[in-house]
Amino acid sequence: MLFIAFLGALVPWWWTQGAAVPEGVRVSNKLYKWLIGGPPLAYLLVFFAVPVLIMVVASFRHPGDFGGLAPIFFEDDTGRYLNLTGESYVRFFTDALYARLFVKSFVYAAITAIVCLAIAYPLALLIARSPRKHRDIMVLLVILPFWSNFLIRVYAWMIILGPQSVFVHMLNNALGVFGFGPVTLLYTPFAVVVGLVYVHLPFMVLPLYANLEKHDPALLDAAQDLGANAWQRFWRVTFPLSLPGVYAGAALVFIPALGMFAIPDILGGTEGIMIGNVIKQQFLDTRDWPFGSVLAMVLTAMAVLLAGGAAWIARRQRE
Amino acid sequence: MRRRSPLLWLAAFLAYAFLYAPLVIVVAYSFNDSRLNAEWVGFTLSWYQKLFQNEKMLVAARNSLIIGLTASVVSTVLGTMAGYAMYRFRTRLLPVLVLAPIAIPEILMGVSLLIFFVLVGISLGMISIILAHIAFCVGFVAIVVRARLAGMDETLIEAARDLGATPWQAFRLITLPLIMPGVMAGALMAFTLSIDDFVITFFTAGVGSSTLPLQIYTMVKISVTPEVNAVSTLLMALTLALILIASRLSPGAFRGR
Amino acid sequence: MALLEIRNVTRRFGDFTAVDNVSLSIEAGEFFTLLGPSGCGKTTLLRMLAGFDAPDAGRIELDDRDMAGIPPEARDVHTVFQSYALFPHMTVEENIAFPLKMAKVPHERIGVRVEEVLEDVRLTGMERRYPNELSGGQRQRVAVARALINRPKLLLLDEPLAALDAKLKESVQLELIALQKEIGITFIYVTHDQGEALALSHRTAVMNHGRVEQVDEPSRIYGYPKNRFVADFIGQCNLLDGEVKSRAGERMTMALDGIGEVNAIDTESDLPGTRGVLALRPEKVAIGASLPEDPELNRFQGHVHDFLYLGDVTVYIVELASGTRVEALLPNSAAGGAKFFEPGDRVEVGWRIDAGHFLND
Repeated sequence: MLFIAFLGALVPWWWTQGAAVPEGVRVSNKLYKWLIGGPPLAYLLVFFAVPVLIMVVASFRHPGDFGGLAPIFFEDDTGRYLNLTGESYVRFFTDALYARLFVKSFVYAAITAIVCLAIAYPLALLIARSPRKHRDIMVLLVILPFWSNFLIRVYAWMIILGPQSVFVHMLNNALGVFGFGPVTLLYTPFAVVVGLVYVHLPFMVLPLYANLEKHDPALLDAAQDLGANAWQRFWRVTFPLSLPGVYAGAALVFIPALGMFAIPDILGGTEGIMIGNVIKQQFLDTRDWPFGSVLAMVLTAMAVLLAGGAAWIARRQRE
Repeated sequence: MRRRSPLLWLAAFLAYAFLYAPLVIVVAYSFNDSRLNAEWVGFTLSWYQKLFQNEKMLVAARNSLIIGLTASVVSTVLGTMAGYAMYRFRTRLLPVLVLAPIAIPEILMGVSLLIFFVLVGISLGMISIILAHIAFCVGFVAIVVRARLAGMDETLIEAARDLGATPWQAFRLITLPLIMPGVMAGALMAFTLSIDDFVITFFTAGVGSSTLPLQIYTMVKISVTPEVNAVSTLLMALTLALILIASRLSPGAFRGR
Repeated sequence: MALLEIRNVTRRFGDFTAVDNVSLSIEAGEFFTLLGPSGCGKTTLLRMLAGFDAPDAGRIELDDRDMAGIPPEARDVHTVFQSYALFPHMTVEENIAFPLKMAKVPHERIGVRVEEVLEDVRLTGMERRYPNELSGGQRQRVAVARALINRPKLLLLDEPLAALDAKLKESVQLELIALQKEIGITFIYVTHDQGEALALSHRTAVMNHGRVEQVDEPSRIYGYPKNRFVADFIGQCNLLDGEVKSRAGERMTMALDGIGEVNAIDTESDLPGTRGVLALRPEKVAIGASLPEDPELNRFQGHVHDFLYLGDVTVYIVELASGTRVEALLPNSAAGGAKFFEPGDRVEVGWRIDAGHFLND
């Protein structure tokens, strides 16, 4: 693989330049398009498109005797047949457990998006209204935590929400004062949502900021001039104008959150399981790959639909 | 004067605190002379020492490095080609394939690659991890390179051709030096993504190989020892350094995807 | 025998014809200008000469050699781009040396040649600077130096002075003229600024909508425009429609719409009865409270409608009895008794019978 990639790079990129190329060379543009775009295209076809297609097919296969997949063809005296079935899909659609799980994941992702919005909005607003030279640093400060390892960010919440944590102790003490019993925060749905929010926050801040930055301050001046107070100015001018950013951020938070498994796995215990956990179980523990593929396909379908919906809304907004 | 009420400042400050507090806590506890992540006992570097004596951790670190370097080199080459092709030619399939791995939930890629490797007969280990990492890194490099190309003045290439340079010479002497900061930034980003990746690595690693994130995961799930704090702090420092270097090279490439 | 032959070149972009059957013959050592408004096709033509585009029909021959299929790097033609296109990651020295490197000139000789050319454009001492450290005028000179260093057969300049301010433009124009004379390379200069074209060129081709309207020396283009477009595009011009009443040898009389009968001298007009346009430059129109009687002078009465004070001259817009307006130009040079006319003043305007130029339309 490496060798082929290297070859692809070494082949001289002849005649790849020039905004307009003389008549005789115009034809060979096609050749260079394939020469240069070819290797990455091929790589991704093989290591992305094909696996996805295989997964589609896998969702229609029988599970193997020892896990994994059964052979795709089976032979008997009459000949070779395609060993496909829809039984995994049937199982998915008839067992309410999985539907509930999807709904639950949906709910978690939705709550995550809403909480992210609540936290991110003031932050984005502040950055957008700050002097230009401060903005870059402020944005960088938002992104920086994102570049630290994902697991570390999740693990940090284990510390904060764990039973030994200083903060939990303080919280329980405070609750005790008011007569409430101590609470455990780790290994609960609460912890899962906190983790989801924490990990996805930058994805809500950035699109919001990108949108808010473009608002014309004169609009607020005009609103104020016409008698609107601070809340009215926000609710009737700023917020409606920021909706495209809100939708973009919501999509960037909701869709990945839906498929998360590491966060529920580490912070969620048995209660906080999401669909991602079940997929992992099916593939690595139970080893019922066809069924796992079905779950993955449904998740993919949802993700694609949501992404498409978000893009459609974005296009509508632009008109 | 743009409207920044004290309320806004407070809310924003809280948001920043929310973002950074957990990380600060991890760093702080890495120096805490206590097995529990509870009260502060005293300053110590012993966890860092234990870290460097931990066989498994060292092996995982070595693996992460090898995977990171290989994946970043290959994906930079492929990503630069892709970025260039997307900029210069009319491509429809390429952008979809290159950018989709970035957009879909990681678990889907992890799972589908698992099936793929098993069916095709590629054993799960370093090789499968590297192949998987390249697949999702190419897109990032392509984006950075394409942005860099878009910002370049096209008439420079025309001028080079006009003055006697063949297309290849024009690319080598003009385009390449001018986009090199972007290419380097893309390479650094690919390296960082590879080092940090958990989900896809989790599914394609099989039994034998471990990377730093996988090792951290095991430690976090099974027995939380303070060494986790130490390795986390080190990893954060490394990533921070890489990102700062990369943003020097290609300012603006890191303003979100 | 011409250095550059452009024969019936046409270039279309979809429905739009950018260059329409253009033929030009350019001599070696000429400073030749392509002049016209934006969209007239001059830049497209230039790009075809450089090799970045190819004609849909026709031929381009440089030194008797057909340029079809020859890529830009193989042509002995260099371009000074409007944005200068200096390589930002190379020093002035490296920029200028670039064509020599491409032509595989031995390393030792490059340094000397670069120094020579830096002297020619008066930028000695700037070798190690980077383009972003130079002023606009300096960058322009580097661009010219870079394009000239290996003595191409043809130098193409695409509105190189567009980015400079007025004062700088003037001095650079003089420098360019001197440079071209000294080096002797054929320049093809593209501009929309007619003042520039008149000042710089040996010959100018006026283009419009992809066609060449007139090719001539600047003085002839100004004095004897071939059609309404050229007359109007170059300088200020009164364009008076009318009908030829009679012809006798060189003399003719025209009935100008809204003005009356005038006498004119022309060798180009057609038979009586044809309609045409009398192109009359404002500086040739005299204006005064009253003008002397003279059979060689066409005189008319009117009043000043408005005027434009331009510092060195004033242009008066005079409305004649019939409502037609004529522009007259008066230098503000008369010492002391310079009398300016006010709107409403009754004046007389007149021009000599050989002042106008007849155009078919």
